[in-house]
Amino acid sequence: MAQGSSTDAFVEFERVQKSYDGENLVVKDLNLSLPKGEFLTMLGPSGSGKTTCLMMLAGFETATHGEIRLDGKSINNIPPHKRGIGMVFQNYALFPHMTVGENLAFPLEVRKMGRSEREQKIARALDMVQMGDFKNRRPTQLSGGQQQRIALARALVFEPELVLMDEPLGALDKQLRESLQFEITELAHRLGITVVYVTHDQTEALTMSDRVAVFDDGRIQQLAPPDELYEKPQNSFVAQFIGENNTLEGVVEKIEGGFALVRLDGGEVIDALPVNVQEVGQRTRVSIRPERVESNLERLHPEAHTLPAVVQEFIYMGDTFRTRLKVAGRDDFIMKTRNAPDQPRLKPGQEIRIGWLAEDCRALDA
Amino acid sequence: MTDSAMTPPKQPMAALPGGEVTEGPMLAADGTPLKASLKRALRREKLRALLLISPLLIFILVAFVAPIADMLFRSVENQIVSETLPRTVAALEADEALPEEAPGEEVFHALYTDLVIAEEYKVHTRLGSRLNYEMTGLSSLFRGTGRDVGRFDTDIYTDQFVEAEPALEDPVNWSNWMSEEEIRDALPLTADAWDAWTTLTVEANEDDPLEEDVADFVYTALYRDLANGAAPANFPDVDVSSFETVSIRALFEDSDEDWLDPEVWQVIQTYSPAYTDGYFLNSVDMMNGPGGDAQWRPDDEQIYLKLFWRTMWMSMAITFSCILLGYPIAYLLSTLPLRSANVLMILVLLPFWTSLLVRTSAWKVLLQQQGVINDTLVWIGIVSDANRLALINNATGTIIAMTHILLPFMILPLYSVMKTIPPSYVRAAKSMGANDWTAFWRVWFPLSIPGIGAGSILAFILSIGYYITPEIVGGTEGVFISNRIAYHISSSLNWGLAAALGSILLALVLVLYWLYDRIVGIDNVKLGG
Repeated sequence: MAQGSSTDAFVEFERVQKSYDGENLVVKDLNLSLPKGEFLTMLGPSGSGKTTCLMMLAGFETATHGEIRLDGKSINNIPPHKRGIGMVFQNYALFPHMTVGENLAFPLEVRKMGRSEREQKIARALDMVQMGDFKNRRPTQLSGGQQQRIALARALVFEPELVLMDEPLGALDKQLRESLQFEITELAHRLGITVVYVTHDQTEALTMSDRVAVFDDGRIQQLAPPDELYEKPQNSFVAQFIGENNTLEGVVEKIEGGFALVRLDGGEVIDALPVNVQEVGQRTRVSIRPERVESNLERLHPEAHTLPAVVQEFIYMGDTFRTRLKVAGRDDFIMKTRNAPDQPRLKPGQEIRIGWLAEDCRALDA
Repeated sequence: MTDSAMTPPKQPMAALPGGEVTEGPMLAADGTPLKASLKRALRREKLRALLLISPLLIFILVAFVAPIADMLFRSVENQIVSETLPRTVAALEADEALPEEAPGEEVFHALYTDLVIAEEYKVHTRLGSRLNYEMTGLSSLFRGTGRDVGRFDTDIYTDQFVEAEPALEDPVNWSNWMSEEEIRDALPLTADAWDAWTTLTVEANEDDPLEEDVADFVYTALYRDLANGAAPANFPDVDVSSFETVSIRALFEDSDEDWLDPEVWQVIQTYSPAYTDGYFLNSVDMMNGPGGDAQWRPDDEQIYLKLFWRTMWMSMAITFSCILLGYPIAYLLSTLPLRSANVLMILVLLPFWTSLLVRTSAWKVLLQQQGVINDTLVWIGIVSDANRLALINNATGTIIAMTHILLPFMILPLYSVMKTIPPSYVRAAKSMGANDWTAFWRVWFPLSIPGIGAGSILAFILSIGYYITPEIVGGTEGVFISNRIAYHISSSLNWGLAAALGSILLALVLVLYWLYDRIVGIDNVKLGG
């Protein structure tokens, strides 16, 4: 993955800061660059600064400090209407007093495009989102999903190279979201446009993006492709935020051969992969994905450390079993196992031992 | 798959209590039709709702709908002539002297009877005032003759009758005669006069007719009946052919020679029907001319059309200035953060908390020739001391003061509509390449039109009926039709005309409202949401 050396970067944030009140920074020292054609998602809880970043890129907010570059040129002082960036809004922002066709014609009219060329582009954009028959409808006559398609078509009709999307699927129901997620990514890749997509829905971020930037507290906590983000979280925020996660707290006892020994607060010792712990004696929070927890100890390394666990709850979920365990003094430890013929169905109160591969257990910041 | 399963049921299937499935109208669990059952269930709700609004409903009916209906009725109602002068109106129908000359003795005799009775009830002056609206001078004519009519020389008939037959002096005898059908049929005028006299003696004077002297007009009526050749049985046979007579027409002429003016009689005739278009004609500077045809009033009497026109254009000017001044404020308010918007909103509403009279008087202080604004302009040197601007007691004053007063009514609906326009619309427009002006003009402004519509309707309708401010700062050139209506209600007491003017104003507003609906669409009016 192009990690964005500044030479081939299409969009670039350099040391960007943003403050609304002059006291608190909403965006703290943002550095980000993405190459042409990338689908990048900004993911984070509300108030993490992701939308502010998007608005600065669109030109609706000015950066307090730092530089934003588009295709090599600084756009800090270029007003939004001259940036040529397509944008899809959360509430669609379709103009209610115009028909679908007029909505799509708007960006072309302000570019003084001739009528025939306009009509042609509108038809093509509508076909692109399978809404060719709706040209003369009013936005209020359309369903949420249809409105979102039109908003998408409107953002694409003037053929921008960069399209920003601000939680565009937030108001839709699950099924519609999923089909639109697919359509948007497919369309983006087909047209070769660069997309910056903001969402707080991690599933959406993981399924759609080439890379995901996880925001928290005004900083990018991790910028990585979805699989890396899930499997190799860089810090405990990302581990907690992306997917389901078990956390245990303890102190690093030994670092050896690329692996660490962590003594949990309850006294037990476990194996872990040191990610951002450097020295012995440091407090750490270890993170293990529920599906990587193993109760069949035969599958583990014979010398691997194991922990005793008491089954609290066993939930049958069809394709998987979900077992809530009491481990090291915490009773919210989740183990997810595949529904296989040899997989035992555990009963509450049952005492078992669990373990994991050391590389699946990541020792992160405390 | 069986055949029956493939054919869909034509009617919705309804389950009966027994669990059977049948075709037919949907039934409730107890077997009654579902619609009836639903209606019954909703009836309580509806009754409750009705009960909740009933105080307001009653209040509106009593205090709003009823007065408007009364006003509409008053604008055409004209029963006073036929009620006060019933005999005269009836006699006039038979008379053919009009319009060339005053009617004959018959009519004057009827008028004599009517006027004597009206004078006893003291209603002749009211009739005089009413007819004075149509022709100046009739008020004093009726008042003057009302004073004289009791002293008319008709007592010669009384004297001659009593001399010829003393029994005719006793009201008890009269009472007996007048209870006999045959005599009444033979002496119709006398019977009518007797009835009127006894009624008024009881009602107006609170006396017993059997102890009073019979009035002269009864004897006059008797003379006319007998002179017409009536000779009823069981009634004293008096030969009236040798009686000394007097012309009642001449008596009226003696009282006031205007009674022989055919125009006076034409007015009475024109306004004798129970309903009239006179008030409405008057409202548009017309009148019922001789012969009853509508015609324009003389130029120097035409005021109302001018006033209506002035009311319209000035209201439009006021509404327009309200839009001009209010739109930017509302825009600012709607884009500011809520906290600062609320503070500014208080400033907008501040005028509401001050007395209307105080605000208007303040404008008087500011705008007069020696007022603050003129003083400042002179001091700066923009106008010379000799040419101070006339800013008050004219149309300018009214427009300035009214714009100030009605501004909140424009700002509030504008603000509440603008508040609902999501900022993302303008952002979307800009992201598509529209500059600030295009984004405003193509996207924001069209979405704010419902607010302009609502504010304009509010401001226009309020200003078209405004009264106090034009009265104070309007002088003569800046008053509205409502000032004229108020004048007719409280000073000239011509309520019929006031009602007609009011009805026309109401109709005008409704027509404008309809026009607005046709052009802009009433759905396009929003007060918020």
